[in-house]
Amino acid sequence: MDLIAGWFSHLNDTTGINFTVFYDAFDRARFLNGFLVTLELCGVTITGSVLMGILGAWGQGARSWLIRVLVQFYIQMFRNTPPLVQVYFFYFGLSALLPKVTDNLGMQHPLIGGFIWASISLICFAGAFNVEIFRSGIEAIPNSTREAAEALGYTRLQTYIHIVLPLALRICMPALTNNLVNLIKTTPLAYAIAVPELLYVSNQIWSDDENVPEMMLLLFIIYIGLVGILVFAMHRWERALRVPGLGR
Amino acid sequence: MAEPLLIIENLHKKFGPIEVIKGVSMTVAKGEVACIIGPSGSGKSTLIRCVNALVPFEAGSVKVLGIEVNDPKLDKLQLRKHVGMVFQQYNLFPHRTALQNVMMAPVQVLKRDRAEVEAEAYALLKKVRLQGKEHSYPGELSGGQQQRVAIARSLAMKPDLMLFDEVTAALDPETVGEVLITIRQLAEEGMTCVLVTHEMGFAQEVANEVYFTDRGVIIEHAPPAQFFANPTDERTKSFLSKVL
Amino acid sequence: MSKPFAVLLPLPEILHHHSAPARFRLSLRHGAALLGLLLLVSVAANAADAPAQAGVFTVLARWTPLLLSGFALNILISVMSMSVGTILGAFLGLALISPNRVLSAPAWGVTQFFRNAPWLVLLFFMIFLLPYHMQIGPFTFTAPDWVKAVIGLALPVMANVAEIVRGGVQSIPNGQWEASESLGFTRRQQLWQIILPQALRRMIPPWMNLYAILTTSTTLASIVGVNDVVTLAAQVLSAEGSRPDLLAPIYGYVLVMFFIYIYPIAWATRRLETKYQVRN
Repeated sequence: MDLIAGWFSHLNDTTGINFTVFYDAFDRARFLNGFLVTLELCGVTITGSVLMGILGAWGQGARSWLIRVLVQFYIQMFRNTPPLVQVYFFYFGLSALLPKVTDNLGMQHPLIGGFIWASISLICFAGAFNVEIFRSGIEAIPNSTREAAEALGYTRLQTYIHIVLPLALRICMPALTNNLVNLIKTTPLAYAIAVPELLYVSNQIWSDDENVPEMMLLLFIIYIGLVGILVFAMHRWERALRVPGLGR
Repeated sequence: MAEPLLIIENLHKKFGPIEVIKGVSMTVAKGEVACIIGPSGSGKSTLIRCVNALVPFEAGSVKVLGIEVNDPKLDKLQLRKHVGMVFQQYNLFPHRTALQNVMMAPVQVLKRDRAEVEAEAYALLKKVRLQGKEHSYPGELSGGQQQRVAIARSLAMKPDLMLFDEVTAALDPETVGEVLITIRQLAEEGMTCVLVTHEMGFAQEVANEVYFTDRGVIIEHAPPAQFFANPTDERTKSFLSKVL
Repeated sequence: MSKPFAVLLPLPEILHHHSAPARFRLSLRHGAALLGLLLLVSVAANAADAPAQAGVFTVLARWTPLLLSGFALNILISVMSMSVGTILGAFLGLALISPNRVLSAPAWGVTQFFRNAPWLVLLFFMIFLLPYHMQIGPFTFTAPDWVKAVIGLALPVMANVAEIVRGGVQSIPNGQWEASESLGFTRRQQLWQIILPQALRRMIPPWMNLYAILTTSTTLASIVGVNDVVTLAAQVLSAEGSRPDLLAPIYGYVLVMFFIYIYPIAWATRRLETKYQVRN
């Protein structure tokens, strides 16, 4: 660790290329915290949006007309509007309608904090796309498969869980991977509502140390790295799910 | 006898570690019709693609009109002027009419005069009995009609050798006949043809020589009368008994 | 067909086939539902109002011209970014499919980088690192923030367009390459006369989809200080005394603006997608 710190400190002294996060303890701590928050945000939103997608795809096939319309309304609203404004709507708009809590110092805080609102907003955003993705996977399953399940006595829910979902998941993997990559690329939005994620802390660091290009480089490397890890993990999952003769 | 039009000597072709053509030799004289039959996977389609330089091969030699196909310095256009190919999936250009499909190559590749080519194209389409369909798009034509346009398209380049890769395999039985009539007409006019085909009846009537391939080698070959009446090899007999 | 510029006008191919009849499924209901939500929130907010304050709808009506002018900037940014990005992306896409590794390898690198980098970070990058005054030869350009935003957004558009081009070309069946090669066409002739005219039609739905995504991403420019509709919305809120009951309606109003612009694009994209699928 000291070796790295020493090398980067030397780099700064000689060339002026200033990667403070490597040799300055305070910056390093800030940066790592920001990185952790980003990781948390990515993890929460990826999981949440996939669940949202599964729920929504289920709702699209519901018998109740009302549920189908509500799901359609949800999808169209979140797909055709800017995610940033969605975040503001949640964080400023809805938050203002909720009661405030008073902490022990007598100060008022909103009931739900920035991180949670950002998560909810991003889950709804990516979830809407996931619903469409799952729907196309589900539609690719021939009706005869569903009929066979019904003939065997499966309820609609059982068919969905045991037969439709596993098949649909394999079919729509590439599109799902693509959408989750987009989700990771969208998380820096949370900066706008002062969530201390990676971009936010990087902004603080470069404001203090005036090393914008270096921080930018680090940001690019880390985000591209995160995307790479996700794609790798999804490919492994896809391979694990592979069934001989299914698909190409 | 004049020098054969097509000479294949000891051709070897591998896809990765798998050898699909294991030493094939054959000659086709000018005006001859050679039919290649055999089970799937015997290398027939690959063989024909080697002749047209669509696919490279590792060892052996293929000479068309004295042009060595595997010559790395070969200008492929020289070869393609003499060899025409028709595919199982027709491969017409869907965004062009039948007439345009036939005209494109002579105009853009051979740089010939447009008016001349157009007149010839009309004549070719008439020859394959598609008068009136010149301005139809491939999507509006039946399979058999599309295949005949594909034949006309290759003929427009005035080749010396025509290669047919299972051209009737993707067609409805009703339309197979119209395509075979067209090919027979070509053969009767003296075109040198190499056909990979499943149509045994056609081979019997039109071919000068029938070749049977299995697993990358030519098992036997003979004029059709002899081939179908007295096949010598066990594998040939077994194949013929399944398809005839 | 042998007209030299025919390839630049592939419209006959694209418009040649008759379109499927239109299907208005739930579009009116969505708009109605969205307005309904806005209404709901406004009514709720209104109900909580002190009688002396102006009603929500009065406020919205008062500020609509200003907000629309901000929205116009968003659209301008999106159109310019899309244009620049598409042109650059077309070239990058051609490099990507080139058999020459000297072209295709760097093209792949550039495409991967700009496809996987977060758009907001790219915007920050452009804002900070592009100078206000740029000198190209004898010309001096001033680049206000919104122009930097256009450049910043054009880069991921470029990478995505390159990928769309690559995907479109790859979707053309191998038989087309074989047949044209057998007829003696050079690779350039194959690409421009046969492959690209067919692939272009398939590229349109993903390209339109990209535009929709880009338009929603123009709001990111507000974070780096561009005076777009989101920034103006925030200014409107402070001008109205930062009333908490106005927050949801104003942002909801902005959502509706984008919805009204983007939904038709999304609907047209879907129609084109199904039409081209039916053909094949």
